[in-house]
Amino acid sequence: MFGYVSRRVLSAIPIALIAVTACFFILRLAPGGPFDGERALPPATLANLRAHYNLDLPLIQQYLLYVWRLLHGDFGPSMVYNDFTVAQMLWIGLPFTLMLGFTAFVIGTIVGLVAGALSAVNQNKWPDYVLVMLVMVGLVVPNFLMAAILQLVFGVYLNWFPAGGWQNGSLAHLVLPVTVLVLPHAGRTARLMRGSMIEVLGTNYIRTAKAKGLGQRLILARHAIKPALLPVVSYLGPGLSYLLTGSLIVEQVFALPGIGKYFISAALNRDYGLVLGTTILYMVIILAVNLLVDILYAWLDPKVRYH
Amino acid sequence: MAGLTGKDAVLTEYARKLETLDAPKGRSLTQDATRRMVRNKAAVVSVGVVLFIILFAFLGPYFLPWTYDKIDWSGIRKPPNFEAGHFAGTDQNGRDMLARIMQGTQMSLIVAMVATMVSVVIGVVYGAVAGYFGGRVDAVMMRFVDIMYALPYILFVIILVVIFGRNPVLLFVGIGCLEWLTMARIVRGQTLSIKEREFVEAARASGASSWAIIFRHIVPNLSGPVVIYATLTIPEIILTESFLSYLGLGVQEPQTSLGTLISFGAPVAETLPWMLIGPAVVLVSLLLCLTYIGDGLRDALDPKDR
Repeated sequence: MFGYVSRRVLSAIPIALIAVTACFFILRLAPGGPFDGERALPPATLANLRAHYNLDLPLIQQYLLYVWRLLHGDFGPSMVYNDFTVAQMLWIGLPFTLMLGFTAFVIGTIVGLVAGALSAVNQNKWPDYVLVMLVMVGLVVPNFLMAAILQLVFGVYLNWFPAGGWQNGSLAHLVLPVTVLVLPHAGRTARLMRGSMIEVLGTNYIRTAKAKGLGQRLILARHAIKPALLPVVSYLGPGLSYLLTGSLIVEQVFALPGIGKYFISAALNRDYGLVLGTTILYMVIILAVNLLVDILYAWLDPKVRYH
Repeated sequence: MAGLTGKDAVLTEYARKLETLDAPKGRSLTQDATRRMVRNKAAVVSVGVVLFIILFAFLGPYFLPWTYDKIDWSGIRKPPNFEAGHFAGTDQNGRDMLARIMQGTQMSLIVAMVATMVSVVIGVVYGAVAGYFGGRVDAVMMRFVDIMYALPYILFVIILVVIFGRNPVLLFVGIGCLEWLTMARIVRGQTLSIKEREFVEAARASGASSWAIIFRHIVPNLSGPVVIYATLTIPEIILTESFLSYLGLGVQEPQTSLGTLISFGAPVAETLPWMLIGPAVVLVSLLLCLTYIGDGLRDALDPKDR
């Protein structure tokens, strides 16, 4: 197990490097630059600006310089928000985005697993029907539509929660955004869990366990849950990256101070430093989660470790 | 004593039937699946609704007095008005909402079809090959998927838009090319367990080539998870497209999609509710029915779940 884990950790490093390289070059190959505006800048100013941000160097030299700085923890300057370095901007926005994303991730996964398992155990009885209906709502209503409906119903008509904004850590402001993010994630998790649980409950070893007289709870806890988790666990990695991209929309709709707003405008403005910095941070988070998922997978399914 | 048990009569009858090729027919797996599908009421109703939505989107515009890009200067921001022919009201630019909803539905349906096909084909082939060959091939292929996962796809999408220009069809293929990753992972996971099964062993023992085993023996056994995940992919793709439209990167004006309509309708839903309700109802019922059809297909194709 230790060997497997260390192998996976080591293999994540080249992935990160390749991804940084790919991002860097793809972004530079796309037409346009950070200083294209409504009004063209005078050539001398443009040349000075480009020299200031090292954009006049050959691409490969820029790349090496960027990686060198990155290894020293320096994300470079933002090219559109002149007064900030990328690290400062990330430091402002990212903690909030991560907090939002992970809160929704944890709540959504737990709710989804419990709902899926309950639904599978009570297959074709009323708790199953009710849960399947709820899951459907979570799956089928897109997040921006759900956001609009929740804002309208709970924010405007009922006035239970604020419809947007963020006042220094008030939980009430988080309820609606987190709900919007949780619903689809919980829905997908529950669907996968229900499907795999039903499949597991139909297998021969569960029948054996029943035949030798084990109680329902013991069968579920000791024999059914672990194998049923496999497909769900392999969904968690992509699930988190969906949540993080979903939070871009949610942050815009609810006017929250995350990284999402900057990221979108930065990409459209070709603010290379900011886009790369954000991309790299997202990437590291997603790689870390995938690593955890792989380790969890190996723990759940011993076959995986030896292949 | 012949005929005492009535056996001869029955057998003669049967022999005659065999001669005239009127023998009782066996049911194929497909016929079985069709019967199960037809018995599933929710799925049948959903098929009906989806067909209706398709007809609504593609034939509906021919029965309307207004087209999706025509401006009615006397009816800007007006609620539904049957006399003027605006059955679902007009938007801030005086364009007929019903015509726009139909056009948007067309766009979303085309996105769903094209991009899902692309993602299913790539994902299944990629995942099955990686899972079946295993070892180094698997490691390299899945590392590639990891790398793709680790790149936030919005960046890809923006670059695709830049490279492809604003051509919707190419953009949809592009979305499909990005959405296959999860399908590949799920298919690979299933393949890993299926390839250890006895029938694959038997096929290998009887000399089937690797490709024949993958496409004749493994891929058909994947149809359950593939259908379930393809169902989950369709709303995902329609969402991606609306996400892009929301950012101003998707379908361009005067054309529209359900996502664009909702993102224009949502901020004004309090004062102009018909701008949100119409597209929202169509989108949600479309997604709901597609999901029910997927479930029905799964139950029909994968009898072990029942």
